[in-house]
Amino acid sequence: MALQTLEVSELGEILAALAQRGYRLLAPTIRDGAIVYDEIDSHQDLPIGWTDEQEAGSYRLLRREDEAVFGYVVGPHSWKRYLHPPALTLWRAERSEEQGFTINEERAEADKVAFIGVRACELHAIGIQDRVFLQGEHVDSHYRARRENAFVLAVNCSQAGGTCFCVSMNTGPKVNEGFDLSLTEVLVENRHFFTVEVGSDLGAEVLDEVASREATAAECQEADRSVQNAVEQMGRSLDTEGLKELLYDNLEHPRWLEVADRCLTCGNCTMVCPTCFCTTVEDVTDLGGESAERRRLWDSCFTTEFSYLHVRPRVTISLPLTLSPGGSVRSSSASRYRQWLTHKFGTWFDQFGTSGCVGCGRCITWCPVGIDVVEELNAIRHTPGSGASERGE
Amino acid sequence: MALPPNPAFTAPHVNDPMVPQPYRIAGRREENYDTFTLELVPLGDEEPHGFRPGQFNMLYLFGIGEVPISISGDPARPELLAHTVRALGTVTTAMKELKVGDVVGLRGPYGSSWPFEALQRQDVIIVAGGIGLAPLRPLIHHLLSERRRYGRLVLLYGARTPGDLLFQKQLAKWDEKTALEVHLTVDRGTVAWRGNVGVVTTLIPRVQFDVSHASAVICGPEIMMRYSALELEKRGMARDQIYVSQERNMKCAVGFCGHCQFGPHFVCKDGPVFPFSLVAPLMKVREV
Ligand SMILES: Cc1cc2nc3c(=O)[nH]c(=O)nc-3n(C[C@H](O)[C@H](O)[C@H](O)COP(=O)(O)OP(=O)(O)OC[C@H]3O[C@@H](n4cnc5c(N)ncnc54)[C@H](O)[C@@H]3O)c2cc1C
Ligand code: SF4
Ligand code: SF4
Ligand code: FES
Repeated sequence: MALQTLEVSELGEILAALAQRGYRLLAPTIRDGAIVYDEIDSHQDLPIGWTDEQEAGSYRLLRREDEAVFGYVVGPHSWKRYLHPPALTLWRAERSEEQGFTINEERAEADKVAFIGVRACELHAIGIQDRVFLQGEHVDSHYRARRENAFVLAVNCSQAGGTCFCVSMNTGPKVNEGFDLSLTEVLVENRHFFTVEVGSDLGAEVLDEVASREATAAECQEADRSVQNAVEQMGRSLDTEGLKELLYDNLEHPRWLEVADRCLTCGNCTMVCPTCFCTTVEDVTDLGGESAERRRLWDSCFTTEFSYLHVRPRVTISLPLTLSPGGSVRSSSASRYRQWLTHKFGTWFDQFGTSGCVGCGRCITWCPVGIDVVEELNAIRHTPGSGASERGE
Repeated sequence: MALPPNPAFTAPHVNDPMVPQPYRIAGRREENYDTFTLELVPLGDEEPHGFRPGQFNMLYLFGIGEVPISISGDPARPELLAHTVRALGTVTTAMKELKVGDVVGLRGPYGSSWPFEALQRQDVIIVAGGIGLAPLRPLIHHLLSERRRYGRLVLLYGARTPGDLLFQKQLAKWDEKTALEVHLTVDRGTVAWRGNVGVVTTLIPRVQFDVSHASAVICGPEIMMRYSALELEKRGMARDQIYVSQERNMKCAVGFCGHCQFGPHFVCKDGPVFPFSLVAPLMKVREV
């Protein structure tokens, strides 16, 4: 279907049409001074007329001079909050007389949810998590149920954030696949409209319920210009040439110690990252011990528990009995920062055939001390390490 | 975009890979002061699933937690799934209290196995440290079940003290029948101990094998595996003839939780058994 044009006032009708079909609307909205993803009732809950200013370690909302609906980039939330929730009950078990206990699986069911305003980098991030949870030998039924019931209303970025580098990662700013409908917002002189691209039959059906019309050549041009604007504004750029090999060759590099001096190992970067998928599990029982539950929680490779292995109590000559309570494989913060960066930009390729980074800039913005992955990678690239010999012995 | 629904998957009661199945403890044996073996049979009437030597299961203890434990029994008898557990922390200590008839949750088997096909016509040097013998025992069973296919079979086994050595009666029996040459060593002897004292790597220079047709399989603490492999290399064995079983923290065993990562490898699904040639460079780097 050719590109369609939608007046700004008609966006509300698209959302209403989705709600009519039983979709909960999950969309950007303002809470506590940031743009987060939450349930909205109508398009009026969108951050109309707001924008964000982002730099390493800083984030600020500002009023725009216009009434742009999507005139900001990504905030601390990503859609993984919904598809791969921070806490999830996997199953419950009850004690039973004859067989000890029985396990009641949590049915993997999901509401129909429409994601409103999904950016190109975020769609790529969802594609990456699909590889983790759907395309291996085992399938995560909870992720699958949520994924199957999600409608994606994407938005092409018409301005880039200060920490964005999707162009380097080849993930944006234009959405190219994996959406039901995709919008480009155009604000020129006294015109304010969206061009709409249809990505699926379902998307076409929904658009059909709204009075859109075919976009004129001039409107298509304006839309292209709008996306080009984002390309030109890209806050950062990263040289991705041979990154994996670079990291593999520099597992021993002085920069890891240097960044570890600044890193608080707070794990913020992993929490805000739309592709980070690590979890831990927690077993809880009721007071009487009659029922138990297994929960899955987001986890971060920045904790020492993450790589904990039990070490036996040791008998040594100097101390008759040293009770070593167990140890972390990655006890130094340098090794944990190395794990994160090497995973995102290196080992991910071997594991899932893709980069683990989509260039959304969240980890840079939300790092309390402003550590910047782009800067760290550049530092390793530009200072010869001692590690090049590490591959052989 | 919405995914095309997959009827096979969205059907109710198709198990999520994280849901354990109930197994009853059919047998329990005390191996030594802190190690015990549990033999498990499925509670339902489903067929027992087979396993390959070197694979592990996730065992769940009601309300307490779940841990990865290697299968330690005979792969020819999968109906009785043996697991040999050393009581160390929360879950494994609580497991020590389990009695015959109790029920645990089990999911698996997971992971790669010892490369028994590649071992045919080879001398096989088996190097084990402590509880590391447990995941090697199914391989020994398997090699002995088709003894003629292999050359010399040698087990080098080290533990901290004589009391820590596992499966001693069984090892003695295998050794007696000369099916398997067994060499034991302990870090610290006792008055009664007449055998070798010293770490297991010290046994390697003395073993006899035909280096042009020999392989080694190693399981124990990481440092022990690394030094054993280096000793074997000194004897002329090539890196790709050596296999090690890695250990990492595990929370899922199915590639979802990320905890078991070891460089590019997921120990739960790409391992735990790896050719040493693949992991040697990483094993040299600290804290990977
Ligand atoms: C592939 C594999 C096979 C194993 N096979 C055996 C076996 O046959 N027999 C045996 O006795 N032990 C085996 N282990 C080690 C066993 O899993 C740990 O001893 C056990 O997880 C400790 O749990 P805990 O709750 O008793 O200890 P805690 O110290 O309370 O541990 C807390 C948590 O840390 C994690 N953890 C601690 N140590 C380890 C570890 N060594 N490996 C993985 N996760 C750990 C677990 O998630 C555990 O729940 C194996 C480990 C792996 C990875
Ligand atoms: S690593 Fe940083 S920039 Fe890359 S996807 Fe994750 S949060 Fe975004
Ligand atoms: S890099 Fe920044 S956000 Fe990530 S763990 Fe370190 S201090 Fe926290
Ligand atoms: S144990 Fe969870 S990914 Fe390997």
